[in-house]
Amino acid sequence: MFEAPLLAAAGLIIIGLFAVLFKTNLIKIAIGVTLIESGVNLFLITTGYRKGAVAPIYTLAPEGQQMVLPTPQALTLTAIVIGFATTALLLSLAVALYKHHGTLDARKIRRLRG
Amino acid sequence: MNGLFQHAPVLPVVIPLLAAFATPLVAKLGKTVRRTWVTTALVGTFAAVCLLLWRVLDSGIQVYVLGGKSSTLVLPSGMAFPVRILFEVDAISAFMAFSGSLVAVAVGLYSIHFLRESSALEKHDVLLLLLVAGMLGMELTGDAFNFFVFLEVASVASFALIAYQRKRPESIEAAFKYMVISTVGALFVLLAVGFLYGRYDALNFAALASWMELTTADKLALVLLVASLAMKSGAVPMHMWVPDAYGEAPASVTALLVSVSQASLYGLFRVVFTLYGLEMNVLVVGWIIIALGLLSMFVGVTMALRQHDIKRLMAYHAVSQSGYMFLGLGVGLAVLGDPVAFGAYGMKAMEGGIFHIINHAMYKGLLFLTAGAIFLRTGTEDLNEMGGLGHKMTFTTVCFIIGAAAISGLPPFNGFASKLLIYESVYLFNPILAIIAMVVSILTLASFVKVFQSAFLGPKPEGPQPIREVPVFMQVGMGVLAVVVVLFGLFPGAVLDYLVHPAAQALVNRAGYIVQVIGGGM
Amino acid sequence: MLDTGSGFWSPLWWIAALGAAGLVVLIIRARGRSDYQKGTEQVKPFLSGQPEVEKQHVRASNVYWGFLEALKGYYRPLVQSHTGLINDYTTWFLGVLVLVGVLILGMGG
Repeated sequence: MFEAPLLAAAGLIIIGLFAVLFKTNLIKIAIGVTLIESGVNLFLITTGYRKGAVAPIYTLAPEGQQMVLPTPQALTLTAIVIGFATTALLLSLAVALYKHHGTLDARKIRRLRG
Repeated sequence: MNGLFQHAPVLPVVIPLLAAFATPLVAKLGKTVRRTWVTTALVGTFAAVCLLLWRVLDSGIQVYVLGGKSSTLVLPSGMAFPVRILFEVDAISAFMAFSGSLVAVAVGLYSIHFLRESSALEKHDVLLLLLVAGMLGMELTGDAFNFFVFLEVASVASFALIAYQRKRPESIEAAFKYMVISTVGALFVLLAVGFLYGRYDALNFAALASWMELTTADKLALVLLVASLAMKSGAVPMHMWVPDAYGEAPASVTALLVSVSQASLYGLFRVVFTLYGLEMNVLVVGWIIIALGLLSMFVGVTMALRQHDIKRLMAYHAVSQSGYMFLGLGVGLAVLGDPVAFGAYGMKAMEGGIFHIINHAMYKGLLFLTAGAIFLRTGTEDLNEMGGLGHKMTFTTVCFIIGAAAISGLPPFNGFASKLLIYESVYLFNPILAIIAMVVSILTLASFVKVFQSAFLGPKPEGPQPIREVPVFMQVGMGVLAVVVVLFGLFPGAVLDYLVHPAAQALVNRAGYIVQVIGGGM
Repeated sequence: MLDTGSGFWSPLWWIAALGAAGLVVLIIRARGRSDYQKGTEQVKPFLSGQPEVEKQHVRASNVYWGFLEALKGYYRPLVQSHTGLINDYTTWFLGVLVLVGVLILGMGG
């Protein structure tokens, strides 16, 4: 059972990478980046998981009960906030590119090469 | 005064961070106030870095604990390893911060006039200060996750600054492409941090280094970190974002982006030297870094030769020059396990590579600033449409000559000193590598002769707008960097003794870095 | 003075040597031809078949044309691989990542 979240994280990262590598639609590339991010976040949370443990709130934990590790949850929260910022900026750049070129196809918007 | 000393490690991040978020408020008071505020903040950051550098060189590694009862309490209540976020500053961190914040001061002065006609200046200033904060944070932190956070702070600020000229579709395209690849790279860094945390339940560099066992998970983390940070520092064949991003950002921003990429380079060397060190097979990793360096040097310079956009050309040279740093430090890493070879040439190669980092930050910053000056007066970045600028823009021409001579490794400028160190030490390691490095240097000279010929020589231009020298603050910005280039060139021995040698020592001294945090009980 | 391990480099000595060499050049120049006259046709550079030398400027794209032409075989695949497509950027990145992984995991990292 412990491997299930890890497999899910790996699956999310692979699907995201597939989108970033093979999709030419800018929005789909942005979705791919978000999927990789979710996979990494899931992996981070999993590293702190302990079987049968409760939420890491010091004052609320029952006597003798094990808690999951709080640090990965703090890390994941930070990573989610950073991910929110990057996703918002990525999508706004995609919108700006659409306004300039009238298309979201990565092959048609490229002016910089060589 | 004591409090200032005590908080010295964190001030270089705190000053630009607070100044950045105060800038929109200060901007309400008027243009002059805002400009003074931003310049003061950047100069203050540089002063704080100088204080920190002096403390580090004077009394060794500085550790600063964030969020604790006391900033010096590393291991509270009998903990075996630090649980709080630490800043751990040794000579190489302070060296990188010195180089980066010096460029930031020059860029701050330069952009007072450079972007005068732009509309969103206070936003530019916020982003510029955040970029500086992120860069310095990456270089000063002693915590793996904190490194990722500052990496993202610097990256997000740089994405927005690359897209700053938002009327140009090319700028937005460059920002989008850099953003996708950079975010994926940063997420891989985070994944590697997750691997390390899952294995050791710690995030502190020193604690991780002291427990490093090189299991498969550790190796996977190493692979992810090496590849992602090499990509962020623009190693071939992961360099393609560099010409796009450097070419499309405003010239003043590009000058600073060079230093920001070097913060990733620093991260790479922190990982391989301090985090893994001799626990891993240094020969394999050393040769990977050397191979990336060779590819970067050669592909970068040959691609630069055929460019006709001045900033794109210089961006390819940035790729090529970082190859020298990869080469020097890679050779040092490859012979790290062999005390005889390391004493004979490994240390010199590392000193050459590290010296080249600061030299490159200075002269490449200078060259990008001159490109910006040309753009301001001609309105184009296409070398085909330039010519004869040397008749009127004398100061810019002199600055360009200094920068071009330094990047081509002409004596007596600073590029020559660091390249000589790299050539002579790498020749002892493998003569072919040194010969390739020299050929690249010759091609660099050839390509800058082309820029000089196309932009500054030729008949007087007869365009619609009259060509004259750039405003005074832009000259001051370029002048600062030009003076540093010349001084470092004239007194390389002093720079090596006081800055570069301690930095190289710090990078090799893994045990010293660990013991400062874990104490004697490891 | 910079100790490079197998030699040394001192820019101040180098400038002094340059100054000395410049002095020698000046001395030789002073002993030069006596039939040189300023302000005559002699001073102008001679370029065969170019009547208007003054207003000529070689554009940047034409500089090193021969070099690029001679190395066409090297440049064509190199330029073609710089497609400017974001998918290719990430493919290169992942390719290097996999290669580094094979090297480090395969050779005992």
